Amino acid sequence: MTMKVLVPVKRVVDYNVKVRVAADGSGVETQGVKMSMNPFDEIAVEEAVRLREKGAAKEVVVVTVGAQAAQDVLRTAMAMGADRAILVRTDDTLEPRAVANVLKAIATREEAGLICMGKQAIDDDMNATGQILAAKLGWPQGTFASAVTVADGRIEVAREIDGGTEVVSLTLPAVVTADLRLNEPRYASLPNIMKARKKPLETVEIDSLGVDTASRLTVVSVAEPAERKEGVKVNSAAELVEKLKTEAKVI
Amino acid sequence: MTALVLVEVENGAVRQASRSAVAAASRFGAVDAIVFGDGAQAAAALPGVTRVLSVPGLVNDLAEPAADLLAARAKDYSHILAAASATGKNILPRLAGLLDVQPIPDVVEIKDADTFVRPIYAGNALATVRSSDSIKVLTVRGSNFDPVAAEGGSATVETIEAPASEKSVFVKVELSASDRPELESARVVISGGKGLKDAANFKLLEPIADKLNAAIGASRAAVDSGFAPNEMQVGQTGKIVAPELYIAVGLSGAIQHLAGMKDSRVIVAINTDPEAPIFKVADYGIVGDLFEVLPTLEKAL
Repeated sequence: MTMKVLVPVKRVVDYNVKVRVAADGSGVETQGVKMSMNPFDEIAVEEAVRLREKGAAKEVVVVTVGAQAAQDVLRTAMAMGADRAILVRTDDTLEPRAVANVLKAIATREEAGLICMGKQAIDDDMNATGQILAAKLGWPQGTFASAVTVADGRIEVAREIDGGTEVVSLTLPAVVTADLRLNEPRYASLPNIMKARKKPLETVEIDSLGVDTASRLTVVSVAEPAERKEGVKVNSAAELVEKLKTEAKVI
Repeated sequence: MTALVLVEVENGAVRQASRSAVAAASRFGAVDAIVFGDGAQAAAALPGVTRVLSVPGLVNDLAEPAADLLAARAKDYSHILAAASATGKNILPRLAGLLDVQPIPDVVEIKDADTFVRPIYAGNALATVRSSDSIKVLTVRGSNFDPVAAEGGSATVETIEAPASEKSVFVKVELSASDRPELESARVVISGGKGLKDAANFKLLEPIADKLNAAIGASRAAVDSGFAPNEMQVGQTGKIVAPELYIAVGLSGAIQHLAGMKDSRVIVAINTDPEAPIFKVADYGIVGDLFEVLPTLEKAL
């Protein structure tokens, strides 16, 4: 198998951090906040590495679009087993449409046979980049994947849907977006973290790709959602039912 | 301005989340609906819908032919909407890619024809964004828009050929058999977390769900641990619910879970840990062992 798997990853505020809205309403505070690889992207990296380990793929290339600091998530991905990495450098915050334009250029240059990526980034919660990218490449898509099998030039993808699971069969090349149950990502071992430091990491200036990265959305404001006020503790199930009936009038 | 809504029909009835999307779309002007597979008649009965584009040949909601078809029709519309369901989230961003516009997912409020509010960071912030695209492609959260009624309209129906799909082929679907109401439209939801300790104990929720005609949900941790299937997951990366009553059993209330249920009208939490974050959003809390509380709750109902 000669297939190359491209795995786009994103550096986001760590999932354990409760973000705070910036005082001027322009966004959220990211200064001094712990950053990590988007959890769904970790699942995508793991799946790509497993495909290579099973012999279904030849090489796993990770790519991110971001500032110099985003190198750390590329090193993490390589410590998990990715072979090499590409940083498309920009200091701007790009929308999924713009990121898809960048990824299309990279996928074309790399002649990727499969793009495996997280279904959603936990910062902007867009759940859109994979689908936009698939459309722009003219490739089929297997979104919200819980299982994948590569055979005979096709990929079969089990997809999480509202009422259960659906299976689709796609021609390759294709875009697959990873859902929670696809796998459990491995922890990078210390020797592998050391090894990852020596793996190739190429930096590409975003302007050199010549793609449209303009924003189509203007952020008017970012605000805190209304806080729920803390309720009361009750001592028994009977008291609870009484309150639900007479006070909340919900049952 | 005319809006086009991708309407999902299940067992002959329009899904509640799609009726909410029609309600949201009517804010922009006239509303057309598009239905894949059977179900054009159900969509034609929705109040506010003037025309239904029926695509009976496209039975499995495959994103590739669906997005192609929507893209071919897009120039007639100022806004194209769907529910923020698995189907909406699969097809609409692909459509946006074909149109080269930036989609606006999970809209919770419409300010005007160009300006929308959507949650980011698991609902810990609300972003108001203005779109400069000529066609707006959005998915809307059903729980934030009162659905239109299921009956009362009389739209015309136009039948369209389905485009072929060669790159993507439907293989099969496995739906969980359940007589319970669906999570997103249930009046009462009871959810279990890791505190239930194993998959078998999820059954402890059933007698209470039966009495309240409730849907059963699960935390991501419970799904991760294999206690419950993913379609039961409530949270940032699962289903977003806002029932009249939400009962959280043995779940701590992680940020990403709260993102999926904190807009419920009344929240009840049962947990052994008095410091669990779920109590911060609960209207009524019981600090105690769920294995003791659940049987007494069932009796008290």
